[in-house]
This record gives sequence, structure tokens and C-alpha cells, in this order.
Amino acid sequence: MDDKKTSVWTSIRFWRRSAAWVTGMAVVLLMILTFDTMKQVRMGTDEELKHGIKRRVPSPTVINYHISYRYDENRGVEVPVIGKKELLFGKEYSPKEAQELLHLGKLTFQAKDCIDCHTILGNGSYYAPDLTKAWLDPKWNDGTMISMTDSKTKEEAMVKFLMNPKDYRTHERMMPNLGITKKEAMALVAFLKHTSAIDTNGFPRNFSQASRRLEGGTNAR
Amino acid sequence: MLAKTNLKYESQKLAINYFTVAVVLFGAQLLMGLIAAAQYLFPSFLYGVFDFNISRMVHINAMVVWMLYAMIGSVYYLLPEESGKEVVGLKFGKIAFWVLTLAVTVVVLVYIFVQIGPADMKTIWFINEGREYIEAPRWADIGIVAVVLVFYYNVFATYQKGKKTGILNVLVADLFALAGLYLCGMFFTDNVSIDQYWWWWVIHLWVEATWEVFVGAIAGFALIKIINAKREIVEMWLWIEVLMLFGSGIMGLGHHYFWIGTPEYWWEIGALFSSLEPVPLVAMFVHVLYDWGREKGHSDAKGEKSPLRNSPAMAWLALNAIGNFLGAGIWGFFHTLPQVNIYTHGTQFTAAHGHLAFFGAYATILTGMIYIAIQGLVGIERVKMTTKTKLSIAFISLGVLGMTVALTIAGYEQTLVERADLGGGWDAYFIAQNLPWYVQAQGWRFAMGVVTFIGYILLVWDMLTINKAQKEGV
Repeated sequence: MDDKKTSVWTSIRFWRRSAAWVTGMAVVLLMILTFDTMKQVRMGTDEELKHGIKRRVPSPTVINYHISYRYDENRGVEVPVIGKKELLFGKEYSPKEAQELLHLGKLTFQAKDCIDCHTILGNGSYYAPDLTKAWLDPKWNDGTMISMTDSKTKEEAMVKFLMNPKDYRTHERMMPNLGITKKEAMALVAFLKHTSAIDTNGFPRNFSQASRRLEGGTNAR
Repeated sequence: MLAKTNLKYESQKLAINYFTVAVVLFGAQLLMGLIAAAQYLFPSFLYGVFDFNISRMVHINAMVVWMLYAMIGSVYYLLPEESGKEVVGLKFGKIAFWVLTLAVTVVVLVYIFVQIGPADMKTIWFINEGREYIEAPRWADIGIVAVVLVFYYNVFATYQKGKKTGILNVLVADLFALAGLYLCGMFFTDNVSIDQYWWWWVIHLWVEATWEVFVGAIAGFALIKIINAKREIVEMWLWIEVLMLFGSGIMGLGHHYFWIGTPEYWWEIGALFSSLEPVPLVAMFVHVLYDWGREKGHSDAKGEKSPLRNSPAMAWLALNAIGNFLGAGIWGFFHTLPQVNIYTHGTQFTAAHGHLAFFGAYATILTGMIYIAIQGLVGIERVKMTTKTKLSIAFISLGVLGMTVALTIAGYEQTLVERADLGGGWDAYFIAQNLPWYVQAQGWRFAMGVVTFIGYILLVWDMLTINKAQKEGV
């Protein structure tokens, strides 16, 4: 079929060349978009944060601020809103300290293999709740876990829970003790607080809105 | 095991080694899957000893590794036949096999007995990298790269020396991309968005691009081998498939970038290209059936007997054609649009798609290749299905389809209640997990997992005995 003057549609040469061109163009397009995306998702700086410049992935020092997740009329999705100062563990972290804490938190997240039960940014396993907005979860904010762990703040409650999840059982399926130290637990909390400030284009949608309204119930039950 | 004296080429003997390990790991995958499925139903099962994260991790790692073993085995099997030359530098390939197998054994033992470590780079280097699917510690990553380099040297040197068929052209280019992509998963970053961005390069560009092209290439080889399909038609289709697979699959990567912190333009790009991803899978399905019918028509017209020279392999190949389209195509398309995905992302929907897609697209065709290798091993003209072949196909297909349907129902429940109704979060998650229909679906998933496992036992039994059955006459 290669040599004879037949229809182009049955020519191997035509299809081989088309395959090469299409693949090449797809790769080039992916490269271009990758450069742009990398620019947009690089971690922001403390300066940008102080001047109110929005970054999709904010500076690690965002852990020194109040974070909420609100509906944005223009974009039609919920976006993280960084508010006033709200210290974590009663301390204001310098850019360097915040960076180090975030590093340890991410490392703990991987070393304890969290991703093979939980999801984060929706990716991972489906055996435990998604952690993308865990910092904003009503369970930590409505007093349930704070009183259960006998803590004063939610970060203290989170640390206690992470170090000894077996002692604070909420469901039959429970998190095992993973030998998380206090330092690692504090870093994990910082990592989760930072993650909750990432602009995820509105995922998860209506985060915990209805479960708050229905006080944890649904008619589907 | 069977004697390897009937095999014409040394590299085909090495292929048998790869296939053997692949089949063992396939069994490990299913066992781990059963444990994980049981933990959904009985959370206290092995709690604190062998937790869900470990069973789930080994479940999927065993699958990825057995498929890679079977893929490498397939290449060592077909390479000398396609090129007409014995594989160049095979002694290094043989050493690489043992190095890889030793490394895999160590990694699995560490997964099972050490599991996790303190927050330290040493954990990342020696225990567990904690990144889904590619949890293998860094030392093993480097080992895998070294082994793959040896493998690629074998392939490329042989390709240079021998006949350059269209199938080999595609394979050589595809394997280069496949191996290179693994490097994208070998770094640590504090930025979870960047982490997941590059992680998807490995996962997506493997299973939705380079692995699919690999399947196209070996399906072409298998068609020529099993039904004597006309090479020109097979190779022309192969290029069309490459065009469509890479044309849709590479940019289809965008459907993983909807919610991980990456810009909104990925919504449109991901939606457009990933919607096109099922198209080549339809083409592959049509191609296999078209060639089958064509060759059968020819032999019928001439009054010859059936063109099928290996009916178990053909059955698995046909199952691949339909399973790939159904599992990867249809089940993938279900939740690929961002408007749907915002609710389904990270639910059992994904698990449903994953089960049928990996089975349909990869497990099937690789099993078919193993049957082709068994034919070479026995050295006979025609291999016919035995009762065990038929039963194993029936049990495995029914089992995987059953798990998929069960998980789809679980995913629907979870999507509607946890996400759409309650908006996600801790309470919403557990409310959905405890819905009666959800629990029932998980029960069916476990039951269908058992059915799959029975099918696996029949499959191994058949693989070990089919040569004897052929000699005695089916």
C-alpha cells in the first residue's frame, strides 16, 4: 500500500506522518501550558501575602491568618478567603519558620502514607474523609472534637487526635495510631491549614454547607 | 514449570520468567484487594496490624508491577519474532530480571513489615514515598530506572540490527516515552499542587497514553500471530490508533487538573480532550473484530478450517477490545466533565472506573500474551480452549464487572449524598459511608472479588495444564 497510488486514506505513510504531527503538537501544547501553570502554582511569598496579592498556592505564612471558604459571585465557585491575623498554636511564624513547618508537615503526610486512606485535593484513597479543607471542617470548628479531646483550641484538638486517634473514636472505622510525634502532628496541622488556603476552583463544592444546616442529617438516611 | 526447549529464541525464555512473576503478583494483587474490601465491611479486620492503607497500597502496587512485568515479558517475546534477530545484549537483560525481582521482593517485605516511618527523608529513601501508586522508596526508583535502561538497550539495539516493522517503530518510540515519564515522579516538594501536577504526568501519561499505545502495538502483533491478519492493515490501523490515542490522551491529562490548585483553563482543555479519549478505544474494538471477521470470511470462503491458531489468546484479546472501550472509555467518560467531576472526584466512582479500566485495557491483553507464550512453550500449531479456560474467563469477567457495578452504585450514593446533598466533610463522608445501599454495594464488591479470585485460580490451573490438554486432544 505504501508505493501504489491509492487513496490517501489507506496510505500507511499518511497515517504515520499524521500520528507524528498530532503527537508532536499535543506535546508542544502541553509544554507551553505546563510553563504557564508552574508560574501560577508556585508558592507565594510573605510579601505578596502582606500586600493582599492573591496566589493560587499562598505563602507558608498564611498559617498566621484566618482562612475561610466563601462563594465568589464572579467565578461562580467557592474560593479561600484570607482574613485577619489568627495565630497557630498562639505563635506568629516567621517566613522561615513557616516554611520549615510546612516542609515537615508535607514530609509527615508522605512518611505516614496518609494518601492510602485519605484523599487530598480529591486524589488518594476513599477509605477516609478528604483532607483538602480539613482545617475548615465543622467537626473541628463546632466544638465536637475540641470538647472530646479536652482542648482549648482546634489546633490543640487536632494535635491530640493525630497523636492518638484510637482514643477519640467517632465511627466504627477509625484511624490507627501511626506513631505521630507532637512535632510531626503540629507540622501536619500547619500543612492542612496551608492546604485549605489553596485555590481549588471550588472543590469541594458547598463544603459542609448542608451538613451544617441539617445538623449532620440527610433525608437519604 | 514447563521445559523451555521449544522456544526458538533465548529472549523468549527470559519472557517466560517475566510472565511467571507477573502471574504470581497478579495473585498477590487479588489477595490484597480482598483484604482491603473486607476492611470496608469489617473495619476491625487486621486493624492496627495491617491497616487499610497498607493492603490498598500493596493491592495497587502489585497490579502496576505485574503489568509492567507482563509488558516487559511481552516485548522480550515478540521482539525477536518481529525483528528476525535474537535480542542483543541479552545477558544484561537476564541479570536485570533478577535485580528487579530481588528489588521488588525487598520493597514488598518492607511495605508489609515496616509499613511507615518517621517524618524524615530516610523514610522517603528507604521505606515508603507516600505518593499514591508510586510509593516505592527512592532507592527502588533508581533501581527501576537502571533496570529499565538495560531493557531499553536490549530493545533499541535489537531494533537497530533487525527488521524495522511498523509495530516495532511504534513500540520503540512508545517505550522511550514510557520509561522517561517515570522520572517525573522522583522528587520531593512542599508544594502539594506541584507535587500532584507532576505525579499525574507519570500516572496519566502512562495509563491513558503510553500504556494504551503499547496495547495497540501488542494487539497488532497478537492479531498477526493468532489469526494471520494482514500486516499492512494491522499497521495502518496502529498508526491511526497512535494518532487518536496521543491526540486525545496527552492533553486529556487536563481532566486531572480541575481541582488541584491549577488554573481554570484546564476545565475546557481537560473536558474537550478527555471526551475524545473513548474514540480510539472504539477504533481498537472495531479493528480487532473487523480483522477477525475478515480472516474468518477468507478461510470460510476457501473451505479451510478456522483461522484461529490460539483461541484462548483470541478470547482474551476480544475481551480486551470490549473491556478497554467499556472500562476506560465509557466508565471514564461518565465522570470526566468538570461539571460532573466536581461532585464525583475522589469517590467510589473513581474506584469503579479503575477496576474495569485496568482489567479491560491491560489485564486482558497481557493474559492473552501469556497464552501466546504458552503456545510457543508447547510448540504446537493450534491451541484450543479448555473448559478451565472458559470457566476462568467467565468467572474473572463476571467478577470484575460485578465489582465495577457495585462500586458504581456505591459511588452514586456517595456522590449524591456526601457531595451533592451534604457538601462533603467529615460528617458528610461518614453519613454516606453508612447508608444501607452503600454498605450493600460494598458487600457485593467483596463477593464479586471472591468470584474474581476463583477465576484467577482456574486461570493459573489452566495455564499450567493447557499444554497437556492439547497433547491429549481437547
